[in-house]
This record gives sequence, structure tokens and C-alpha cells, in this order.
Amino acid sequence: MAKRYDLRRQPGFSQIAWFCIFMLYAPILMLVLFSFNDNRSVVKWTEFSFRWYTEAFANDGIRAAAVTSLKLALVASVFGTIFATMAALATTRTRPYRGMNLAYAIINQPLMIPEIVTAIASLSLFALIKQITGVTGIGYLMLAHTVFCVPFAYMPIRARLEDMTLTLEQAAADLYASPIRVFWEVTFPLLIPGVVSGAMLAFVVSLDDVIITLMVAGPGETTLPIFILGAIRRGITPEINAVSTILLAVSILLVAVFFLFQRKTKK
Amino acid sequence: MASTDQDISLSASETLAHARRVDAQRKTRARWILLSPALILIGLFGLMPLSITLVYSFLKPGSFGGVEWVFSLDAYIQFIAQRDIFDDTLSVNWSYLSIFSRSIGLSLGATIGALILGFPTAYFIASKPADQRNFWLFLITLPFWTNLLIRTYAMLLIIRDQGVINTGLMSLGITEAPIEILYTDTAVFIGLIYSYLPFMVLPLYASLEKLDLRLIEAAYDLYASRFRVLTNVILPLAKPGIVAGCILVFIPGLGAYITPELLGGGKKLMIGNLIAIQFGSSRNWPFGSAAALILMAVVMVALLLYVRHSAKEGHSHG
Amino acid sequence: MPVTQNMNQLKPTVLAKNDADEVPAISVQGLVKTFGHSSNQITALDDVSIDIQQNEFFTLLGPSGCGKTTLLRLIAGFELPDSGTVLLHGEGIEHLPPHMRPVNTVFQSYALFPHISVADNIGFGLRMLGWDKAKITNAVEKMLDMVRLSDLANRQPDQLSGGQQQRVALARALAPAPRVLLLDEPLAALDLKLRKEMQIELKRLQDQTGITFVFVTHDQEEALTMSDRIAVMSAGRVLQVGQPKEIYNAPEHRFVADFIGDINVLPGQVKHRQNGKLVVMIAGGSEVHLPDDGIQSDSLFVAVRPEKATLAKSGTGALSGVVNNIVFFGSGTNIHVSLSDGVDFVVQTQGSETGLSLGDAVSVNFADSAAKVLRN
Repeated sequence: MAKRYDLRRQPGFSQIAWFCIFMLYAPILMLVLFSFNDNRSVVKWTEFSFRWYTEAFANDGIRAAAVTSLKLALVASVFGTIFATMAALATTRTRPYRGMNLAYAIINQPLMIPEIVTAIASLSLFALIKQITGVTGIGYLMLAHTVFCVPFAYMPIRARLEDMTLTLEQAAADLYASPIRVFWEVTFPLLIPGVVSGAMLAFVVSLDDVIITLMVAGPGETTLPIFILGAIRRGITPEINAVSTILLAVSILLVAVFFLFQRKTKK
Repeated sequence: MASTDQDISLSASETLAHARRVDAQRKTRARWILLSPALILIGLFGLMPLSITLVYSFLKPGSFGGVEWVFSLDAYIQFIAQRDIFDDTLSVNWSYLSIFSRSIGLSLGATIGALILGFPTAYFIASKPADQRNFWLFLITLPFWTNLLIRTYAMLLIIRDQGVINTGLMSLGITEAPIEILYTDTAVFIGLIYSYLPFMVLPLYASLEKLDLRLIEAAYDLYASRFRVLTNVILPLAKPGIVAGCILVFIPGLGAYITPELLGGGKKLMIGNLIAIQFGSSRNWPFGSAAALILMAVVMVALLLYVRHSAKEGHSHG
Repeated sequence: MPVTQNMNQLKPTVLAKNDADEVPAISVQGLVKTFGHSSNQITALDDVSIDIQQNEFFTLLGPSGCGKTTLLRLIAGFELPDSGTVLLHGEGIEHLPPHMRPVNTVFQSYALFPHISVADNIGFGLRMLGWDKAKITNAVEKMLDMVRLSDLANRQPDQLSGGQQQRVALARALAPAPRVLLLDEPLAALDLKLRKEMQIELKRLQDQTGITFVFVTHDQEEALTMSDRIAVMSAGRVLQVGQPKEIYNAPEHRFVADFIGDINVLPGQVKHRQNGKLVVMIAGGSEVHLPDDGIQSDSLFVAVRPEKATLAKSGTGALSGVVNNIVFFGSGTNIHVSLSDGVDFVVQTQGSETGLSLGDAVSVNFADSAAKVLRN
């Protein structure tokens, strides 16, 4: 049987695509693989073992960094998602109003500026505030993380809202629901997939942040990525692979949940 | 009789106007109450820091970090020139300019590299059956949501002298000594492509997915070869995606910090590292602020060009 | 058309509720609604006034964009009018938000809440009105029974067929016993068979509940079948209000005549007016005598329904022409005649045998009473 002439095919394209997938995943898979290697080497495979995980869990520095990371990501994603949800409600499904484009630009501002610039700018402001008030602590880091969590949470929430027609809310109003009840009975329940997606993204983004944290963090405020960066600078050990693998697993899990919610939304 | 009719309709129109006013007021109030937390937060801790950076760039550095509140243009002068310590004359200082041009060069190179790899990949995904595309897209986006630091570290493990590539090449007898990749511009270049490839694929896919297969059929029908179909039909139609993808890779590439830090080994600096160093070991906050603003200016120019380009495109199509 | 022919037999004449002292269920007066801003402003409603009587099945009929849905949305409260009043049983409600108006809507897309069960959908309005749980459960059961969906109470809306969703939407809107039920093209998404069933179901529900129905549709057949009265709308204006029979048999407006059923429209000239009669000269030089309803212009249009005209072999009438097409449609046949001045005239006959063939010379006849003067 003759092969159908595939109009879409272009020579070499699928090979390049496969190469890209390989390039994206091979390094990560190597890293994960050697985190289970019972040997100091991150090149020569000897034997499967959880040795480096055990050591990582026993390491007080890693445990403290993990707690800091989770605390930070939790606070930043919760507040970021709440603020983003409110902002999304005010900037979708409405006729354009004065100031809307400006509000939109401000919300997305953290995405428009190179992270290193945001990092040193935040450092400058916080240093000034510290100097004036004498207040120190992890609050600064939480503020900085919440700022960039807002636009990330905002994206899926806004997308979800724009997919929702106003008809359901009108139906609720028609059935005697006051504006506040319309929100809690109809708008919010239907918005939940978007809110969950937004919170997931915000959490992952906060959990993975390096540059802003590196600049803004005060003494003793070490997150997992900062710990990993420091460890890499000191020298490569399989322990880093183990911690990295855990962090990767958490991110991938959350992003998978995000995608599942997105798919459910589309049905 | 007629006059009462008039009265009724007058009061009715008044209540109507009142209702409309109340409705508009309620909407306006609700909308700004909803917006205020995000706007205040980002205004205070996203925009205000930038204005502080602007101010700092015109001050003198403090001796232990921070700033001295004395106006000075030194930070900007320092970027392009050096002051002779004996006779105070200025001469061009190439060291920062070369870091800057290396940043632009590497970022541009990585953008082109990502386009060459990303376009076929996006096309490949777009030509998959509709129900499989989401899976492929997920495969491409997943690395983007994982930690950039960890991915860069993983790349470091691969390309270093004792890494898989070099040990593989040597054990196969292709090379005697390891090829030096790590801590070179090549390493940074590879790292940038690796980091930002998903940014290229996503917008490309978005415009290729919308590509009407009938247009390709029409081109073949009119005697175009595969290559001509690609260059005369597919590429022009994918142009918005290409431009968006290039912007999305170029901008973060230009401000990259982790990639040159880890893969350039702190020797091959990019502007991101230069800025960070000023706030760390160099303790020259004004200079760091000035460099950050220069970086931001370049980014803004790129974004403006993009906005103008897409506005023009939108206009010519609409 | 076969259906339009006997549609009036479907419903008994139950109207005559226009007691002068009874307040209209809905009375809209001088409603104006525009959308957009100065440069591209669209007038959706241009000074619309209608009285809808209590317990009436009233239909707003017109092509898409004629303003019928806008009128419904103004009554429901989803939009505020630019000017004009909406009276519900005599009370002005045009300024109230939708949740304070005792009217309910059945949406074209049904707008069932996807996150709650069928029963909760139906009970939604009652819950918002603050009814207690037991009473709601009771009322929901009654409504489910009325729309024959009792065994689907705990399903989610997306597990229902289109027809079932439609009935849930009806039950949900009827549950709070609104003064007026507004229906926005509720049958448009259903297939033909289901639509016919739902037409009957809707009529049954209206009889059963005694609630005033305001029904929006672009389907003239549906309007004629179901309505007590119809308002035909075009370009933001109401052209004619009347019982289906009046609308069909005595269209006052060329648009109404064209929109409702098939009709032949012939240009004519007033020859003279005498004793309240118009003598109109139409194509081919034949004369028609029509009642003079005060039309000013001397050039006008005369309309004749295809089933009200007959054909004869040439020579017996003034309107003569040639058969140029014969279209069989099941219960009858349409014969297209090309009149001598080029106008196409359609005559409808029963059955499939016409005894005619293409090119036959024929003449068209109709009684004066079958002709109707139209305003342009």
C-alpha cells in the first residue's frame, strides 16, 4: 500500500523535535538517576541506594531550608492568589473603563522586568526600610515573593473567568440572588479550578525562586534553592542531586495537578 | 389627566437615572476595592523599588554597601569610561561595555539557536493529531515549571570535564583529553538555549496550531515544493509566533544570572552577574543600580519594538 | 406551507381576556435602548410600547437583531433602558435590579448551574428567597413532577439531554411562581421533533400554572402555533400586534407579510377611491377592490397568500402568465407563474397532480377578499 503523501511533513523536523525533548529531559534524568547512586561519584554508577536521601534528611541545614521554603511559598501563594483573584474579577468581563489598562500593566509589572533588576531594587528598598525602622525578619522575603506570585496566579484565574459567560450569574440574579450571593453561590464555585491552578503556579514559582531570594534574604533565611546554590559553589556532591530531585518532584507534582485542573476546566 | 401622565413619566425617568447612577457607582467602587490589594502591593513593593533604584543610580556608593546621599553621575560614567587616578582624565573603559555586548551577543545567539530548534519542534507538535498535542505540549512546558537552578546544575553535570559527554567521548577514544565546555561562552550559550527553549516553542505552537491546512493544500496544488511551502506559506503565517518567541527568549536571556553564574563559572560574566556583584562583594550599589537601569532600558526598547510590530501586524490584518 | 395552513386549528380561541379594567401583566411604554457610543451607536429598541395581558402567552417575533431579546432583558432587568417605563401589574420596575423583580427567565442556553444537582438548580430561586428547607424540598418535588423529571433529581446538569436540560430550566424558572415568565428562544437548540414536543409541553405548563408567558422567537411557525398574541418586531420597532390569525391573514406591513409565511406581493396603483373602497390597478391591468383603511400613498403593494389564489387555463383572467416551475413539497404543490410583467407569482394547490406542465399559459385568479393592502 502506498504511503499517503503527508502534506504537513517537513524533512528533519521530527528528528529535531525529538532532539529537543531529549535535550530537555536527559540532564534532569541523569541528575535524578545519580541521586540514587551509592557512591560519591555523579558519573560512575555503582549501586542503587537511598544513602544520599538519608543524609539529606539528616542534614539540619537542609531541613531548615525546606521549612523556610514551604513557609514562604505557602504565605506568598495564598496571599498572591487572593489578591490575583480579586484583581481578575475587576479586570475581566467588563466594558473597558478608565484605568483598566493601567491596572493591568501594574499587575503584570513583575513579569516585565528582568528578575535581577527586581531583585536588586527590592534589596535597595528593604535595606532602606530596615535602616529607618530597624525591623528585620522573613516578612520582607514574603512580601517580595507575594509580589511576583500575583501575576502568575492572575493568568489562569483571568483565563478561567474569561471562559465563563455572564449568563449563569444573570440566571442567579434573575432567581433573586443579591450580587454578593451571586458571587458565593455561582461565580466562586465555578472559578475554583482557575483559583487552584493559579495557586499551584504561584506556589511553584515561589518555591523555585533563586535570584530575588538570594538578594533579599537576611542572615539565616535560607531556602532550598539558595541552599543548593551554596552547595554547588562549595563542590558537587550526590547530596545536592537528592535535594534537587525532591524539589523537582514537588514542582512536577504541583504542575501536573495544575494541568489536570486545566483539562477538567476545558471539558 | 394629561398633566398627571407627565408627572408619572417624569418621576419614572428620575428613578431610572438614579438607578443607573447607583449601579455605575456600585460597579466602580467594587472594582477598585477588588483591585486595591494587588495594586497597592505591587505599587509599594514592585514599582517603588524601581524608583529607588533610579535614585540610587545617581548617588555615591557607601563604603560598606548602601549609598551616600550625594548626587553623582559616576555610576553612569563608570559604565563607559574610566577616570585616570593621576590626572582625572576620562578614557573609554571597555570592560563593562564588553560584558554588556557579550550579554547581548549571547542572548541573541541563544534566541536564534532556540528558534532553529524550537520551530521544528512546535511544528512537529502542531501536526500531531489534536488529542495528542496537549501531551506533547505538557512535555515541553514541564521543564519550564521546574527549578531553573536545578536544571542548570543538571546541565553542568553533563558538560563538565568529568561529565557524561566527555567521559563518553574519551571512552570511545574520540578524544584524548576532555573537551573544555564548562566555563566557556559555549557553555553559557547551551545553557541559555536549554533554559528558555520552552519560551520559544509555546508562542510558535500557538500560531502554528491555527495554521489552516487548506492553505498548505492550496500551495501544493499550485505546484509548490515542500521547501517552498515552508518558506512561502508556513513561515510567513507563523511570523507573529516567531517574533513573540524571540522576545520571550531574548529578554530573560539578557538578564540571565544563574546560567552564566554556574556554567560561565563567574569568569564569563553577563550583565546580570555584574549587577549582582555590585550589591555583593563590590559594594557599589549606585553602579549596580545604573547597570540594572541600562539593562531595563534595553529590555523596554525590545518590548516597545515588539508592541509596535504586533500593533502594525494587527492593523494590516484587520 | 402545509403547517401554516392548519396551525390555527391546533389551538382553540381562548383569548378575549382583554377586560378593560384588568391591569396588564407587563406594560412597556416608550422604551428606548441604545448600545455603544456616539460613533457606532446601535439603537436596539426605538420607542417600543406594548401591553401584555395577564395569563397571556405573548410572543415577540422577529429576525435576529430586531430587538426582541433586548426587550426581554429590559423586562428581566439585565439592562437598564435609556428611557421609558416597564410596568409589572401596574408598578414601575424599570429601575430595579434583576433580583428584585418577580419575573423569571428561561435562557436560550438554559444557563443551568453546572456545579449543583438538578434538584438544587430548581430550588435555587426559593433558597435565595429564604424559604425553609422542607418547603423547598416539597416545592422542588412538585416541579420535578410537573416537568416529569422526578427520577433525575440528583443528576448533574451535564448528565442530561438537551430536552431534559430545557425542562429543568423551565422548572427552575417556574418554581418561585413568578408573575411573568420570560422565555428567550428556549427551543432554538432542540431538534425539530423535540421542539414540537416542547411546544406542546410549554402550552400545557402555561395553562397549568396560569402564569403570563413572554416568549421570544425568530420562528414564525412556532409563534403562530403557540401564541395568544404576537408582536412582530423589526429594527427595534413593533410593527404589528395581534392574534396569530390576524397577523397571518391581515398583515398590515410588508415586512410582516414577508416574514410570516409565504406571500405574493404585487405592486399596484390606486385608480380611485369610492365609498370607503380602494380600486387598485395591479400588474397586467386587472383591478382589485380593497377596503380603504386611510392609506395616503397612491402607489402601494397588494399581498395574496399562495393558497388563496387559483389557476385557470389561459384566457379566463387578467393576470396571465407562464408556468416556470412546479415544486412538490408533500402535502401540496407550489406552481410558480411568471406574470407578463415579469413578476413571479406562486399559487399553492393541494395534492401532487396539477395537470400543468412547464411553459403552460395560465391565468391567476383570487377573490378581492383574499387581497390585502400593505404599508411599505
